[in-house]
Formats: sequence, C-alpha cells, structure tokens
Amino acid sequence: MTKRRIEPLLWLLFSGGGVVSAVFLPILVILFGLAIPLGLLQPNYNHLYAVVSHWLTRLVLLGLFVLMLFHAAHRFRFTLQDGLQLRRLEAPIAVLCYGGALVGSLAALLIVLTI
Amino acid sequence: MSAPTTYRQPVSRLWWLKKRTYLLFVLRELSSVFVAWFAVFLMIMVYAIGRGEASYQNFVNWAASPVVIVINIVALAFLVLHTATWFVLTPQAMVVRAPGRGRQVPAMKEVRVAGRTVPAATVIRVGNRVPSGLVIASQYAALAVVSAFVIWLVL
Repeated sequence: MTKRRIEPLLWLLFSGGGVVSAVFLPILVILFGLAIPLGLLQPNYNHLYAVVSHWLTRLVLLGLFVLMLFHAAHRFRFTLQDGLQLRRLEAPIAVLCYGGALVGSLAALLIVLTI
Repeated sequence: MSAPTTYRQPVSRLWWLKKRTYLLFVLRELSSVFVAWFAVFLMIMVYAIGRGEASYQNFVNWAASPVVIVINIVALAFLVLHTATWFVLTPQAMVVRAPGRGRQVPAMKEVRVAGRTVPAATVIRVGNRVPSGLVIASQYAALAVVSAFVIWLVL
C-alpha cells in the first residue's frame, strides 16, 4: 500500500531529474570533468568559492543533486530488474537503489550547508 | 494449492544483445550510472571548494588522473545520449499546447438515457498542439541558454 502511494512521487523525481540532467550535465562534464582538470581552463579559486557559497547556488546545487540521484536510482532499478531478469529480487534492488539515493541526498545536504 | 500458474515465456538474461535497438535502449538506461557518478563527482568538488584553495587543487589533481579523465570521457558520451534521447521522448510523454482556443470539431460520445447507452453528437476542442519538432528544438535552445549561463558563471 505504501509502495503504491510512493510510486508516483518516484516517477516525478525521475522525470525532474531527467530534465535537469539533460540540460545541465553536458556542460558541467565538459567544464569540470574535462576542461578544468586538463588545464584548458583555469578559473580563479576565489571566484569559484564566491559562486558556490552563494545561497542561491547552494539551493540549486542541492536540488540538482537530489533530483540526479533519484533519477539515477529509479532508472538503474529497472535496468537491473528488467535488463537482467531479476524480478524475484525486486524488493532488495529497490531498497538498495533508493536507499543509496537517500544517503547521497543527505550527504548533499550536509555539503551545501557546510560550504 | 499455490500461486496462479499463468504461463510466462522464458526470456534470456541477454535479451538486449539480440537487436541493435534493444542494445541502444539498454545503453540509454545505463546513462543513469553516469548521472549518479557525476552527482558524486560534483559533490566531492563542492566539498573541496568549501575546504580551501589547497583542497580544491587536490581535487583538480585527482580529476586530472588518467583513470578519472577516461571515466569522464565515457560519462560525457553517455550523458549526450541521455540528453538527445530525453529531448525526443518529451513530446511523446506530454502534449504541449499553444495558448489560444484551438478549433472545435464535431465528435460522437456515448450518453446514458433512461438506463441505456446511446450515441450522441457533441463538439470537442482540439488543435493548437505544438509540433514535436518544435518541442525538441526549444529544449535544445534551453540547453544552449543554460550552458552559456554556466560558462559565464564559472569563468
């Protein structure tokens, strides 16, 4: 019963996370995953700190992290369950995926609160 | 005695290797792994920025190690796949209508009269649906605006 009630929320988090991932992630991976580590771009640290520690950025980052984590958890749950034909393990897979997303979200909350 | 015994055709665990479209579907679904990876990557980065310049420099050095660079190149490929497929799915998942009244067309509906269901004429409002190509194009426009904004903010 509880599962029935929470299912629409999980789908909502999945689509919300799908949208923000589609729009935000390509440029974030290009900048922070490739261009900056490879030394192609070198943003000033004080500027980065000022941007990241602004309350609006923290709020946006928290929203991004939570949505991305639950999007990934939801999709990965069905990939495991249907992709590998593990329907018998439905409950432990769901607990593992959403539990992971929940732990990650709490970590994200701590991180943005303590910048 | 036991649960209902409906027949279920056995499906191989490797069903997704049988067709190219199945494989593409599974690759698209696997983009979730890289969404999760990059959420964690960004969280570590934000944590490092909050801990001072030396800590941020340590993070950049770690991110520059060959293994992490390779993971992020693969991640970029999967995330581009996610973006492209997500934008195509949006107009299929929701009907976007332009403002306005649309137009009215005659239609049939069933009404109950004295306990019997009989057909009746009615008018329904249709149209003004935004074509899916336009929905997809506007999402790419949003992607461009967001990307430009992020670049402006970071640099």
